[in-house]
Amino acid sequence: MTLLTDRPSRTSPPASKSTFWTIARRENAAGWLFIAPQVAGTVLFVLVPLVLVGWYSLHEWNVLAGDFTWTGGDNYRQLAEDQNLPKVLAATGLFSVGLLVLNLSLALLLAVLLNQKLRGTVLFRTLFFSPVVVSMVAWTIVWGFLLQDNGGINGLLDTIGVDGPNWLRGDVTAMIAVIVVQVIKNVGLNMVLFLAALQGVPGDLYEAAKVDGAGAFRRFRSITVPMISPTILLTSILTVVGSLQVFAQIAVLTQGGPGTSTTVLVYYLYQQAFQFHQLGYGATLSLLLFGIVLALTLVQWQMRRKWVFHES
Amino acid sequence: MNRELSPRVKVWLYGLLCLLAVPFVFPTWWMVTSSVKPVSEIFSFPPSLLPASFDLKSYGDVFEAQPFARQYLNSMYIAVVCTVGTLAVSSLAGYAFARIRFRGQNAMFVLVLTGLLIPSEVTIVPLFQLFHRWGMIDTHWPLILVPIFGAPSVLATFIMRQFFIALPHELEDAGRVDGLGRLAIFWRIALPLSRPALGAVAIFTFLHSWNLYLEPIVFLSTPENFTLPQALTQFVDAYGGPSWGTQLSAATLTALPVLVVFVLAQRQFVEGLAHTGLKG
Repeated sequence: MTLLTDRPSRTSPPASKSTFWTIARRENAAGWLFIAPQVAGTVLFVLVPLVLVGWYSLHEWNVLAGDFTWTGGDNYRQLAEDQNLPKVLAATGLFSVGLLVLNLSLALLLAVLLNQKLRGTVLFRTLFFSPVVVSMVAWTIVWGFLLQDNGGINGLLDTIGVDGPNWLRGDVTAMIAVIVVQVIKNVGLNMVLFLAALQGVPGDLYEAAKVDGAGAFRRFRSITVPMISPTILLTSILTVVGSLQVFAQIAVLTQGGPGTSTTVLVYYLYQQAFQFHQLGYGATLSLLLFGIVLALTLVQWQMRRKWVFHES
Repeated sequence: MNRELSPRVKVWLYGLLCLLAVPFVFPTWWMVTSSVKPVSEIFSFPPSLLPASFDLKSYGDVFEAQPFARQYLNSMYIAVVCTVGTLAVSSLAGYAFARIRFRGQNAMFVLVLTGLLIPSEVTIVPLFQLFHRWGMIDTHWPLILVPIFGAPSVLATFIMRQFFIALPHELEDAGRVDGLGRLAIFWRIALPLSRPALGAVAIFTFLHSWNLYLEPIVFLSTPENFTLPQALTQFVDAYGGPSWGTQLSAATLTALPVLVVFVLAQRQFVEGLAHTGLKG
């Protein structure tokens, strides 16, 4: 390290000090030392585990019994025959699509509202953003209470004469509940991204369209949406990939229930690997999750070429 | 959009904003106020917006039901260590990727970036096996090592790199003329200039660690070792149902300090998280 800190003399330039430590060599050494912790960490905690996921998926591994045996394609056969898996994938898809649609439309609505010439928009921005910094488990606990049969939400519905359902006990209502809880928690992130994008749309475009007689909706559809399309793509990728990783609120709010109606893939993976101690099968499900995330990311980057507007 | 809005439109917009704000604000407000209500009042309807009577009993219960002070300390020290560690690892790597030309640089950058493509849930099974083999199950090591060196810090490295790339070269050149080595240039010149990026990384790293849930419940099993999110779900009454008053008080203790800091530094939070914290 002393070579890098390099206390030397201001009189002679460092390069001439030694014939071995040329500038290029010193730069190489410095570069590798600087990135070493990050590279070692990525290899050890990301890449090696990714390879191991594949290896484990070919084994039966029970931590309690301590046995680890080669089973070849057994886990994959189990995957193909798993009666629950189609339901789990359906729940995962439903959750992701519901979250994507609701999150992006609400984020865009809030951003458009906050982009108006109004006093106090910073206050509202802070309010809409605040759930982002609250711990997901704390947030979910509160909603769990509000969503109970005799909880705050049904009490509220009662006052307007509506007999609310027992939200977390019905298949459809439980799914709606977990989606809404997640959207309100994190929509602030997308809202801020949209707000920044809206502020980048040149105002004279709107003026020109107005002269041409375009109404407010037409201006939104034909100017705003194309101009912010890169942000729409970015937020949709982040939201979909994030939706596939949802775990805490399912674990706290519904435990995947009722039945398997809110058992999304990550929760199912957790159950199989760490509650039923089938780590081999858990690894197989991990690979499935990885495949889905990778495929979706690639599809969305492909879509970018088709419909994202580029100013250049 | 440059036109002034008419007062009528303004009233409508404010009305809409206030209505939309309710589901964002009410849960937190209700959590904080309910935590100081007696249990009977928590269940009363219509919910009282301000506690009719003040009762701190459930706060006492929080510390009796679980080693909550210990759990609070666990969460706090793990988040601080993760933040400091991530800042060190990611600013060094980000600086090298942005500023130093060395052999194998591009290949290593691509290798590190794969960390962004692989959700942490995918590698949880082999990481469990790895830490099991190292005898680190039911210790805090997995919660510290993985965020500092693994996937979460890759995002930080990427952010630091983007920041250092945009930094003007002239200052560093001056340092080099003065005979400073790379580490000295990094430490004395580049790092002090990168406060905004370091701030953003610190905020999202701290929150990520503070709110982590899947990893703690996979790796930890003794209540003394629990972190806060995990501890919150353990407040149950004699029948196994959630013990609401205690749970809400504990949730308030977990969420409120972060919210207060957020309100004080909301601009840094919003910018730091929205433009870096890539989560759904």
